[in-house]
Order: sequence, then C-alpha cells, then structure tokens
Amino acid sequence: MDKKYIVSPSPHIHANISTTSIMRDVIIALCPAILVSVLAYGWAELLVLAVSVASCVLLEWAVTKWMLKKPSTIGDLSAVVTGLLLAMNLPSAIPLWIVFIGAFVSICVAKLSFGGIGQNVFNPAITGRVFLLVSFPAQMTDWTPTPGFVAIPDAVSGATPLSALKEALKSGSTIPQFMDAHSYDLASFLWDAGASAGELSAGALLLGFIYLLIRRVVKPWIPIAVLGTMALISAIFHGVNPDLYTGVPFNLMTGGAMLGALFMATDYVTSPMSTLGGVIYGIGIGLIAMMIRYFGSYPEGMSFAILLMNCTVPLLNIWFHQKKYGRA
Amino acid sequence: MTQTIIWTVAILSVLGLLLALILFWVARKFRVEEDPRIDEVEKVMPGANCGGCGFAGCRAFADAAVKAPNLDNQYCPVGGDEVMQKVAAILGFTVAAKAPQVAVVRCNGTCANRPRTNDYDGAQSCRVKAALYSGDTGCSYGCLGCGDCVAACQFGALSMDPATGLPVVDASKCTACGACVKACPKHIIELRNQGPRGMREFVSCVNKDKGPAARKACAAACIGCGLCAKTCTHDAITVTDNVAYIDFTKCKLCRECEAVCPTGAIHGVNFPKELDKDAVKKRIADRKAKAAAAAAAAAQPVEKKEVANG
Amino acid sequence: MGKLTFSMGGVHPHDSKFARECAIEELPLPPTVYVSMAQHLGAPAKPVVAVGDTVKVGQVIAEPGGFISAFVHSPASGTVKSIAPRKDLAGNPVMHVEIAVEGDEWDPAIDRTKTLVTAIPEDKAVILDRIKAGGVVGLGGATFPTHVKLSPPPGKVAECLIINGTECEPYLTSDYRIMLERPKEIVVGAAIMQKVLGGCPCVIGIEENKPEAIRTMGAAIAELGYPGIEVKVLKKRYPQGGEKQLIDAVMKRQVRSGGLPIDVGAVVQNAGTALAVYEAVQKNKPLITNVLTVTGDHIPGNLQHNYLFRIGAPLSFIMEQAGGIPQTADKLVSGGPMMGKAISNPDATTVKGSSAILYLSEASTRRQATTSCIRCGKCADACPMGLEPFLLYRLYKAADLDALEKQAAQDCIECGCCLYSCPAHIPLLDHIRQAKGQVMGVIRARAAAAKAAAEAAKK
Repeated sequence: MDKKYIVSPSPHIHANISTTSIMRDVIIALCPAILVSVLAYGWAELLVLAVSVASCVLLEWAVTKWMLKKPSTIGDLSAVVTGLLLAMNLPSAIPLWIVFIGAFVSICVAKLSFGGIGQNVFNPAITGRVFLLVSFPAQMTDWTPTPGFVAIPDAVSGATPLSALKEALKSGSTIPQFMDAHSYDLASFLWDAGASAGELSAGALLLGFIYLLIRRVVKPWIPIAVLGTMALISAIFHGVNPDLYTGVPFNLMTGGAMLGALFMATDYVTSPMSTLGGVIYGIGIGLIAMMIRYFGSYPEGMSFAILLMNCTVPLLNIWFHQKKYGRA
Repeated sequence: MTQTIIWTVAILSVLGLLLALILFWVARKFRVEEDPRIDEVEKVMPGANCGGCGFAGCRAFADAAVKAPNLDNQYCPVGGDEVMQKVAAILGFTVAAKAPQVAVVRCNGTCANRPRTNDYDGAQSCRVKAALYSGDTGCSYGCLGCGDCVAACQFGALSMDPATGLPVVDASKCTACGACVKACPKHIIELRNQGPRGMREFVSCVNKDKGPAARKACAAACIGCGLCAKTCTHDAITVTDNVAYIDFTKCKLCRECEAVCPTGAIHGVNFPKELDKDAVKKRIADRKAKAAAAAAAAAQPVEKKEVANG
Repeated sequence: MGKLTFSMGGVHPHDSKFARECAIEELPLPPTVYVSMAQHLGAPAKPVVAVGDTVKVGQVIAEPGGFISAFVHSPASGTVKSIAPRKDLAGNPVMHVEIAVEGDEWDPAIDRTKTLVTAIPEDKAVILDRIKAGGVVGLGGATFPTHVKLSPPPGKVAECLIINGTECEPYLTSDYRIMLERPKEIVVGAAIMQKVLGGCPCVIGIEENKPEAIRTMGAAIAELGYPGIEVKVLKKRYPQGGEKQLIDAVMKRQVRSGGLPIDVGAVVQNAGTALAVYEAVQKNKPLITNVLTVTGDHIPGNLQHNYLFRIGAPLSFIMEQAGGIPQTADKLVSGGPMMGKAISNPDATTVKGSSAILYLSEASTRRQATTSCIRCGKCADACPMGLEPFLLYRLYKAADLDALEKQAAQDCIECGCCLYSCPAHIPLLDHIRQAKGQVMGVIRARAAAAKAAAEAAKK
C-alpha cells in the first residue's frame, strides 16, 4: 500500500466545534450590547473597548511567549472575550492607563498565573474589574456620560441608578420618593440604565444571550437561577417594606445583574460542570448580590457575588455530578 | 484606648494558651507508636518515592523492611547495594550484593529501518495505540514511539530521539526502578546488568515473526536464524519464537554474536574499541577449523579401534 | 404520538446517508475467502475441517468454542487451503480458514428460492436450534450469539422485543436498504423471535430520517398480520441504536449498571439479525451473507454501493469491486464513523459484523491539535450514560482506579459522543476506553476472588 492511510481509535468524525468557535460565538453575542454602548457613549467608549481588548491580547501573547514559553493561546479568542467583558464593566470616561492595569490583572494575574485558559479559578474580567474598583474607586465610579452618537433619553449624570439610590437612601429619602424623582420605568431600564457599557441595555444583553442559547454554547440554568433568586429576594423584601427595598424589575434591570448573570456567571471555566451544581452556584450569586445591594455599603454586588461563588466551584464539582444512566 | 490594647492583648494571650493546650492534648491523644527504626531506615533511603521496589514509597519500604524477617525479598533499585548495606546495618541483617542494572530498549525500528505503513492519529499514548492495533509499521512487536516510558520515568533518564523515533536511556540517570518496563505495552524494555564499565551485549529486537516477515517489516530485525546461538561459546544465547535472547549472566562480552548477526540486530555498547567484524569472523573461522580438525583427529582413532576390534 | 428518544446525552451528527438510494447488489465471488474464527463475541470457534477438504456453501467449518460462541459456515464452495493465523484489520493475528473458491455449489439443504415462508415452527427448541446451527449473531455491532440472547435465564421474562432499525450511525444504509427491500422477511424474523420469547409484544424502532423504511415496515406488518408487532418512530439522535439507549427510548426503563437488558424485560435485536433469523429458521440458510455499505464523504456516486457480500470476502476485494479506493480517501473505516474501526490492513477479511467500508477525507477525519480543557461540560452533556468524560479522563491520568469505578468508567459504551463534541479536541474516549478496561479488570478480579472465597467457605 503506497498511501499511508490515517488510523485512529473511533470516533472518526468531529462536531467541528473548537474553543475558538465558541469564543467567536460569545463575541457575536456581545455585539448588540457593545453597539448600544458605543452609540450611547461615543468615541470614548470605543477607545476603552479597543484598549482593553488590545491590552488583553497583547499581554497574553507576550506572557505566553516570553515568560511561560508555551505555544500562544491568543488564537482561541478567549483574551478578546476577557477584554470585551472588562471594558463593558468600566465607565466610558475612565483614563486609559487604568484600563491597561485592569487588563494586566485580568490576563496576567487571574488567568495566566493559574495556568492559562481552563485553569483559572476566578473569572478574569471580574477579577480585573474588582481590582480596579478597590484600587481606583474615584475613577471607577465616575459615571459622567461621554458624548455619544445618539442622545440617550433621561441620561443620569454622574451616578448609576444603584449608586444614586444608595445616596438617596443615605440622605433619608424613601424608595417611592427616589423613583418619583428619577422617573425610572421599565422601558428606560431596557434601553438605558445610565451605567457602564455592559449595564446599559438589558435588552441587548438578552438578545445576545438568546443567540448563545440557540447556538447551544450555554445552557440557561445558571442565569435562571441567578435572576430567579434575585427576583425572589427582592419580591419578598419589597413586599415587606417597599419604602426601604427596591422591587423586582429595578433589581433585575440595573447594575451588572444582566451582564453578570448572562455572560459572567456562565463562564465555562469558573462555573460548575453539573446542572445541579450550576443551579446552586446561581442561587448563591443571586443571594450574595442582593444582600450586598440591600445591606452592604457598595451599591452593586454582582462582581463580588460571582467572585465569591467562583471559590465554591471546585467543591460544587466534587459534590454534584450528572445523573448517571441506570443508577439511583 | 489603653484599655482596648490591654483587652486585645489579654484576649489573644488567653486564646493562644487555650489553643496550645488543645493541640498538646490532641497530639498526646492521637500519638501513634512507631518503631523508631522506620525513621532511621527511611533516612538512608534515596527518597525518590518511585515505587521501583514494589512498595508505595520509601517509607512503605522502610516499614516493610523493619517488619520483615530478612531482606531477601526487598531491594531498592535506586539506591542499589550501597543503600541496602546501610539498611541491613540498621536492622542487623545481611544482604548479598546484587549487580547494578540499567534499562535497555530492545528495538531497532528506527524510521530508516522500519518504514511507516500508516499514519496514526489517535492519542499519543502507547497503551491506547497498542490496544487499537498492531502499530503504524509492519512490525507488530516493536516500539510504538508515543513515549509512555518517557512519561513513566521519574528520573529524566529516558527521552525520545526525534531522529529515530525510539526512546534513549541515559545510563547515568537510570536507576533501574523498572517503571518504564511496566509502562511499555510491547514489553520492549528490559532491566539488564550494567556490565563491567557499562559494556553490554544484547539483541535489540523482540520480533517473533518468521524471518522473511520480520525482515520485510524492519531491516534490522532479528530473523531468528540462530547464527548467534551457534557461534556463542558461552551458551548464553537462546532462540525462542524466532527471536534470539542473550542471557546477561552468562555473556562474556566476546562480541562474536554481534559480528555474525546478518541483520545487525545485536548491539554492543560502551566497548572501548569499535567492533572489527572481519577480525572476529576470522577468529571464529579459525576456531571452527581447529575444532573440525580436532574432531577429525578424534574420529580417526575410533575408527582404527573399531577396525582393530572387528 | 410523540417521537421517542432516550433520556440523556446524545449528539446530532449530520446523517450523511449518501448511499441511501443505492439498491442492494450482489457482490461477485472473490477468488479466495478467509473466514475468521473470531467473528463473534465470546470464545473463538474451533475449525472442524482440514487443509485439502472440499467444502460447499453453507457447510459448517467451525464449531462453537464455548457457551458464548457460534458456528461458522463456509461462505463459498472450494478447497480449504490453509488454517492459520492471519492479520485482522487491526493487524493482530487471528485464526482464519482460507478457502480457494471453485464454482458456487450450495449445501442442498438450503432453500435458495425467494418464496416467503410465513409458517413458523411450533417448537421453540427447534427454532433456537436452527438459530444456533445457523451461526446467527447480533449484527448491530456487538456480534453477540443470538440464540444465547433469545434464551433468558430462568426467572427472567421478556416483556418487549425491540427490533433495532434505528441505524443511528451516519453514512450507514445497509439496514435501511434491507428494511426497504426485504421488509416481510424481517417481520417474519421478528415474529419468530417473538414466539421464542413467549409472545411478548414487539416494537420495531426506526428513526424519523427514514420515512420510507417506516412506511414499508408498517405495510409489511399490516399485510402479514402477526399480532403484537408495531413500528415506533424515534427521533434522529445518536446513539439511539445503543442497546441501553433504545430500551430507554422505547420502554422508558434503564438497565442498571452491570445488568443485562433482560433484567428490565427487554430483548434488543438488530433488523439485520431479524433477517438472518428468518433465513436460518425458515430457509435453513446459515449466516454466510450480510449487507455492507461502501460510501464516504466527497466520493462520486458510482463508488457508493450497498452490497450483499459473502462473509469472508477480503475488504480489498470489495473495495476493488466497488471501483477502487478513491483518491480523496485518507482514512478507511470498517463500520460507522462513530464506532467503526479504522482499517490499517486492507487485506483483512470481512466478518459477520461488517456493516460498512467508509472512505473519509482528511478534512473530515483528521483530529485537530489538542488544547486545554475549558470545562465547558459538553462531553458530559453528550454522554448518553450520564458520565462525566472530562472527570474520567483526569482520574485516568491520575491512575485513580477507585474513583474511576465510583464515577462509573465501566459503564462507558464507547459511543464516541464525548470526543465528537469536545471543542478542545481532547482524546477523551481513547483514554476512557483504557480506564474502562482497567476498572473492568478490577471488577472481574474481585468477582473471581469472591467466588473462590465462597467455594472455599462451602468446603
């Protein structure tokens, strides 16, 4: 036989998916939300996105090449996803050197020091964001809207709805008074939450997530658990005391709830592998996020909640397994 | 302010004391009585925890050694005689010296000798490959080249030679722990005596196919012709299932088998001089001629005797 | 009625049944046949002919070598040339009987007419005897001797006979073609097995992507009028035809780990096996022919065939008859693309379980470079046994046999869904197969030790 035929164990065909194709789908899913944010915040937002993505990719390339001396992994596009998610968590007016520091923490500290893709314990983008939040609180909470390509209705200057609310509550006003003063309604939450790029439009995020569901990239259980828990807790508290605790739509549509639940909590690497584990993980995130929102001093708790629950993933992976065929 | 400091110091001190007491109590309560000689033996062990001795690690070896009636069934291949003497001294046993050994790869199937017949595309694991089929060459006995032995070696003594596609043993690092021998699904690797100044003679092939088939698969295969066994004057070579084997306890390193082997399947390593095949062949021929003459001479008188008797 | 399917895992590869319109052709006789003695699950058969003997088509040439074993018959008439080890398609030596083909003289006891015989023998023992004597084995892949499977152990009752017409493997069309061309014979075969099992209901499961087969089989059942046989439509999903998955889909029951289908009252037989049973019982024709698909990706239509071949014809002969190996073929596979075996030795012979020869192109079959596991869990989602392949892979690498057993590595059915769906191209199944073997070894050793201990206690 002249031709050397290929021989391998079965199976002999493959589903034709790869890490790259999955990451490409995630990038496509993020596009609607990115589009909305660029339209709303203009060149400044575009620059933050560009710097974040470029720094993440460049850092990953440099570190794998010069320090780890391993084959480069930038081809799998995971650094691009991290860059996008990080940028979507930052205010558009943030100085660009801070964006670079965030990218450094995300890629070098949270991802590569654990061994690169697949090995990290904490979600890189959130780690970067939280690092910036505690290191540069002033710049990270400066929500002055940069001039956009289209005017946003009811743009809140200087504060996100959640931080505005926290301030209002501190100064002694009640929730109904706050709501009256700021005229938030459901429509404006869907298209404008006056916050960072990723928090701007819950609608656009949902659209992207539906794309991921159709492409079978993610399963819906974790987001359902996160948002369901948040809805349940806010329904109970709001029901008991509507003066002190915000209601369900407000909590689901503001802050990082949607971005966190749909795109950060569902990160493969840092979420449990079994469905039941994922649901418990999601409930944990919802619970912690709501506790921080209601009782903490930070206006927003999504990032901290996800990071805290990231720690429990190895344990959840040990405790919960798939249901096996033919076993009780 | 002062009060705060005093309270802090006091509470911490009390806490520390309490925890110390608990620790002390736990240590007393859960102390395990152990023969102190186990520690002593473990100290002289190499500490590689390679499992080459057949125990889970050096401490398990030490534990077994202390409990055993003698050291006949235990041997640390890594530490060799030196360590065994020390262990014996601690425990009051005597041990016989054992010749130091080294792992030997018995396959000649280099890329040049053994052409590939198909293109293996599965997991890079010899075990997986061996379970799937006979391999990507015509030889179904030889090295599969996925490096399970290299992965099994804890001492970095094995490496794949990219030019030949075969593993190479670094004798200076090899401890003869036998991990590679167990890892190889084709049973190519063997532990052999290191030999004087590292000189060894071995058949570098395990192909059991009949001559023509073996030769077709690999240019340097042992074809089981038996020339080596016929030549050997030390009774060290046996041919079973079409493959020759040199018993290293009997081999006197004369290199005659290596000279007569038609395929070059027999290898001699670490000899100071290169083998002069013609000289050795001449020597063999001379000896055979002499022997034949002697036999003829011996046969002559018998005939005479018979005649005389008849 | 909704379409049935199994409850967990599974993948949806493109069905690629390019040869579905190719009618079954009879393959010419090869000059020499090589009949393997190990073409069924269990002990190899023992040859009962000697070199130089002349044999007829259908004559017994080997006897079962144990309880789980099968008769082997000559697929051709001629002279026995040799009885010696020969390399199988994996290159490992297996005992073969080599027969030089001379003419085509059949054993006169075989009914070679095409008349449909619908009267089923009354005596179960007679039926079982004919199935055993015909050397019939399961043609769905495992080649388990059929007479053993049709004899439930005492105390076990068959509640449902499932005829597997799913053919869930991509590319394969041999079962589809026999369901189109010989539906009545399959139904009679099913009725025979139904009778042996005590008249339990019979379900013929066919996937939705074969509407013509569903129609013809339904029509054949209606025409023949055997009671208690029906066609059920299944969703298209791999591995629907896996025994445990099919039982789950049809009966909504799961066989416990280490158990047999009969434990939940199920007996599963392939459509091809039903045909073989019909021929053995009604026509006295042993299992000496089978249908095999020759197909592949990116190959011209004239190279695609469904052949009725003599079991023992060399693969190379079939490929030659089918028009030669196309230039685009980079991998030859015997069987389906998910569970078939790559052919490293094209001179190997066909066996009872041969179902296809696939020509796959490098683009469709070459494995891509392995990257890091991203813990996406796609392998666990795809596993039809509910296992976690990523975990088994890691435990195997750590050589943790206890944990592997706890995580049920021994339950793996080697369907290939995990490797098929892994975005990091990790050779999961390659290693899990090893893990399964090691765990099975431990379980078997333990069972043997327990048995020995029990016997020692008796004494």
